[in-house]
Amino acid sequence: MTRRGGSTAIDGAIALIAILLVIQMWLLTATLESHLAGHPEPILPAAIISGILFAACSGLFLFIRRIDVDVQSKDERD
Amino acid sequence: MSGPNASPAGRSHQEISIKEQPLWRDEFSIQSATEKYVARRQFSKFLVLTSLGMFIGNLWILVRSWFVSRPSFAPQRVMGLTDIPVGEVKLFSYPTAEDSCILIRTAPDTFVAYSQKCTHLSCAVYFAAEQKRLECPCHEGYFSVEDGSVLQGPPPRPLPRIKLKRDGNDIIATGVEV
Repeated sequence: MTRRGGSTAIDGAIALIAILLVIQMWLLTATLESHLAGHPEPILPAAIISGILFAACSGLFLFIRRIDVDVQSKDERD
Repeated sequence: MSGPNASPAGRSHQEISIKEQPLWRDEFSIQSATEKYVARRQFSKFLVLTSLGMFIGNLWILVRSWFVSRPSFAPQRVMGLTDIPVGEVKLFSYPTAEDSCILIRTAPDTFVAYSQKCTHLSCAVYFAAEQKRLECPCHEGYFSVEDGSVLQGPPPRPLPRIKLKRDGNDIIATGVEV
């Protein structure tokens, strides 16, 4: 992968991570509000969804690392 | 090759593969293109750590909701059955002296009681007998007198309901239902 292509892919992945993070922030505040209001029902599903979002963010981070290594290896070969 | 940039193995840093180079050389590159790459990688790492923080926050709330037991309150006599006529109210404090509550006799045998603090900004609600609802004068939040649910306005939640029990000729408060 070229450095230009790698930059575009990383920018896209960062944008996706940022979107997932905003959803996680909303989820955390909504869960806290619900907990303080004495409604425990949505807390477990919210924790599971938050875990899934974190796993997705980690996957995107590993994707970024892989592209980084690919680009650096190509630079090294060139 | 020798000189100030030579490694202990006798090779210059250009000749050493990226994986063999020390971490500081990778993180503080002298090439602007590589530096942008590093900045993006570090930023994405920061974002993922923030995501981990959010996940831990959700788990913390989950653990608290499992292990923190709900408080129980001692029963307290509020008034006698015939103390107020139908459609009238009585103010009392429950479970502590700082928690003001409002009891309404909606029918000869029906009593309901709620916390008097509006769930919006804690103004004291009052019973509007003509409209048969509880009203908050601060921001015009209205609550149903039957179940304390929000009818109108900014309050985000229903009024906490005070559980009542009839014991002979007495009305007893036994708990708070949020």
